[in-house]
Amino acid sequence: MKSTRKSDWLFHFYLVIFLLYLLLPLVVMGGAAFNDSRFPSIYPWVGWTDRWFIELWNDQRMWTALRNTVIVAVAVVVISVPIGTAAAILINSIAGGARSFLYALMVAPILTPGAVIGISTLLFWNELSVPAGLHLSVLGQVSYIAAFVMLLVLARLQSFDRGLEEAALDLGASHGQVLRRILLPHLYPAIGAGAAIGFFQSIENFNVTLFTRGTYDTLTVYVFSKVRTGITPTINALALIMIAVTLLGAVIYEVRRRRLVSAEMSAGR
Amino acid sequence: MKDLLNRYGVTLTTIFVALTTFWLAMLVVLPNLYLFENSFRPYLPVAEIGGPKDVYSLNNYLTFFQSPIHISVFVWTILYSSLVTLICFAVAYPMAYYLAKVANRRLLPTLFLLLFVPLWVSEVLRSFAWFIILALKGPLNFLLLGSGLIDAPVRWVTGYRGVMIGLVYTYVLFMLFPLYNAISSLDTNQIEAAEDLGAPWWRIHWRVILPHAKPGIASGSVMVFMLSVGSILVPTLLASTTSRWFTEIIQQWMFESQDWNTGSAYAFLLLILCTVFVSLVMRVFRVSLSDIAK
Repeated sequence: MKSTRKSDWLFHFYLVIFLLYLLLPLVVMGGAAFNDSRFPSIYPWVGWTDRWFIELWNDQRMWTALRNTVIVAVAVVVISVPIGTAAAILINSIAGGARSFLYALMVAPILTPGAVIGISTLLFWNELSVPAGLHLSVLGQVSYIAAFVMLLVLARLQSFDRGLEEAALDLGASHGQVLRRILLPHLYPAIGAGAAIGFFQSIENFNVTLFTRGTYDTLTVYVFSKVRTGITPTINALALIMIAVTLLGAVIYEVRRRRLVSAEMSAGR
Repeated sequence: MKDLLNRYGVTLTTIFVALTTFWLAMLVVLPNLYLFENSFRPYLPVAEIGGPKDVYSLNNYLTFFQSPIHISVFVWTILYSSLVTLICFAVAYPMAYYLAKVANRRLLPTLFLLLFVPLWVSEVLRSFAWFIILALKGPLNFLLLGSGLIDAPVRWVTGYRGVMIGLVYTYVLFMLFPLYNAISSLDTNQIEAAEDLGAPWWRIHWRVILPHAKPGIASGSVMVFMLSVGSILVPTLLASTTSRWFTEIIQQWMFESQDWNTGSAYAFLLLILCTVFVSLVMRVFRVSLSDIAK
């Protein structure tokens, strides 16, 4: 657009400010991990140190919390991916009022505050004599993460050619084969994305976990209680490691994507 | 349903239905119904549950409506969450427009990569970052003092200011992405046509882009408002002595008083609030639930 030329400069400026606003706090937080000061800050700078990383490494509670977090996240993915996929296939095959009703029911957990999900899960399963603990955190998280998977798979289903299934059935394929060899391969990108999002959502989750965890720690609960009780820069060390892992994952993903794109482009030529 | 049976047979269809039923019944509907039922029952010692005192009443809700403090915290939570939603929109809209219509296409993947980084960093760490920055002897005051903009350190975390700063930072991306999706689906020719016909830039935004972005605005507003109202981490970590959030009162009932019944009543009020907000947004923006849930 020609006439916006003069405002382009302003937009670029805004972009830079916005990115700084988003990323600088993370840099400050990560930087404080190396400061040899009892209180986490980058100012005043006392001196370089790696003691917060060593202290973090020796903190048994952190390792337990990390293990719990990974267990919960894996369990959440394992349960919510089949549920979300099944729900998407189901809702895709019905129409009319029943569909709108089911759809509203399925997306409701996404629009429900985590505290409400946590408390209702705790109360309900408590009534069924299931005490609080990580298993309840898993169930509480599944209730809304399955909805994310459902939405992703449902979107992918829109581009599915149902004629393929009919052809396979006519050619004598079994129902299991139709699902395994035709429908699921088409859905794999959505299922994969759902699994990744579910895993990260679960690791991040605090509100549901807080009410359902019983006496167990997850990483977010561990960080939260550390910040409230005795702040040390070990949290910054943990934060820096987590950011680094995230960045690494993102960069690997991006590099792979670019390779794929350029491979496709050279294949197209 | 018949279609499912034809394609996948009895066994697979049964599995699909069973999985969906388990999810919706055991994890969504029944827990919420139970929460609702519990909110009308009194808080009793275990021995007296089911006894003559265990009758339905509105007492748990009356506790709320007879407590001016709780009511005011509830109202402030709503007002400040609405303010957070507005600020997020104001901050995110130019950015979303830039990404969708102005930015160099080839830069977009890298930009999105950068924008996604804070989203992958957990909420607790994002609030913790501002906890450090806003400290009285923290980097922000140091920077402002050093540049001569202020003479004395500013106490940033007073009233609801710390909470506002934290909530906007934590949730602004939940506004940005739906807005971006909505604006990028607008045909650029429409903007150019408006330009050629002599519309000033603000009228193009007001009459062409904003109306088209309605589903995005609705979706972003619902997410930001819901997450803000229900936030526990930010209002706790960035709280001052005078900022209280409704979720903190729910926590008090659940953990300190161990009164799960009154806790349910308060949690249910929070749920009603979010439901009302979602239906209000759907009505005002004339969008459907599937627009919001994208």
